Amino acid sequence: MNTRILGTGKYHPDNIVTNEEISKRVDTSDEWIVQRTGIKERRVGSVKNDEMPSGMAARAAKIALEQAGVKPDEIDMILFSVTLPDYMFPNSASVLQHKLGIKNKCACLDINAACTGWVYGLTLANSLIKTGVYKKILLCGTEMASGFNNWDDRATCVLFGDGSGAVVLGADDSENGSQIIDSILTSDSSKRESLILPAGGAIEPVRQKTLDENRQWMSMDGQVVFKNAVKTMSSHCATLLKRNNMTVDDVDWFIPHQANLRIIETTGQLLKFPAEKTIVNVEKYANTSSASIPAALHEAVMDGRIKRGDTLLFAAFGAGLTSGATLLKF
Amino acid sequence: MEIQDKVINIVSEAANVEAGNIKSETSFIDDLNLDSLDMVEMMMKMEEEFGIEIPEEKTEDLKTIGDVAKYLKDNAN
Repeated sequence: MNTRILGTGKYHPDNIVTNEEISKRVDTSDEWIVQRTGIKERRVGSVKNDEMPSGMAARAAKIALEQAGVKPDEIDMILFSVTLPDYMFPNSASVLQHKLGIKNKCACLDINAACTGWVYGLTLANSLIKTGVYKKILLCGTEMASGFNNWDDRATCVLFGDGSGAVVLGADDSENGSQIIDSILTSDSSKRESLILPAGGAIEPVRQKTLDENRQWMSMDGQVVFKNAVKTMSSHCATLLKRNNMTVDDVDWFIPHQANLRIIETTGQLLKFPAEKTIVNVEKYANTSSASIPAALHEAVMDGRIKRGDTLLFAAFGAGLTSGATLLKF
Repeated sequence: MEIQDKVINIVSEAANVEAGNIKSETSFIDDLNLDSLDMVEMMMKMEEEFGIEIPEEKTEDLKTIGDVAKYLKDNAN
């Protein structure tokens, strides 16, 4: 028994924030941002429009369910990758179950591996399907990064955006059918403080002092993250290909986490992976954390680039510093 | 090839500046106008070429071509 991506979906809020708009607020420019990140604009959601993580995920999940031809009540488990959830508890997966009108009381679990979360979830879901524990799993990556983005910090506020990507996973027992071929998941805790949202957890609940010191926002050591992102993504991909006796020529499409065009390009150069087989949409949405790979997958499926039977390679990295890569037959 | 010449070649390519215009005392930031991401990318190329690890905290001290060549020489395997 293997795992097949039965359907894909995505959602990005309509509200576009361009580099020019950010330039009016902080000392930066469109040219500066594009040259360093490749990002031109990002989407910013609002709770009023039901664009908290559960609301964005519900829209993406409805599309994925429809593409899959699966009814909401056939879902056995919801895996919800999210860094800033709807609430501390209950989990966002449970809120999503409600928003999708699922009445079967399916298992609901949030995953936090930051930007790598959806790739982590794919390995978890694959294990549950392959072992027959569950037949159909809804796996979404959804982030409201605008909620921890300090809009006065020019170094980080330009980098992130809101959005959701979702897939419905099911079993495939046909010969030469779809399958998750292999995956690698790692975390390097020696760099755990290089990308961090220090307050809002048990160590430092948000109080007036937190707000005075701006500790309710994310902070990042960009150089450390950049270097580790490129190194881990390229080495994980190279390892996956090597241990499955494959080369970059065997991969039809590479979908790296959409954080920064220069990370994507440098990773591609190290792997000697052709740019024309790399899926990139970071210019439109910026870094939507764990939503970026499933959303880019959906776009490429819908516009006909990715077809059934294609070999895909996903690679991601994020706070932790977590990193992961997955090789699969779509 | 001398370590410094190899460093100059890598920098010349990364910064898009003719090798002849890069000297030992050339500064990455002041003379070549490289930013922090350029520096990270270039240090990664150095690591690949010379097969050694340059810790992030060391990168800040490596301000010129000569600094990098000396670091690579002192830390060669």
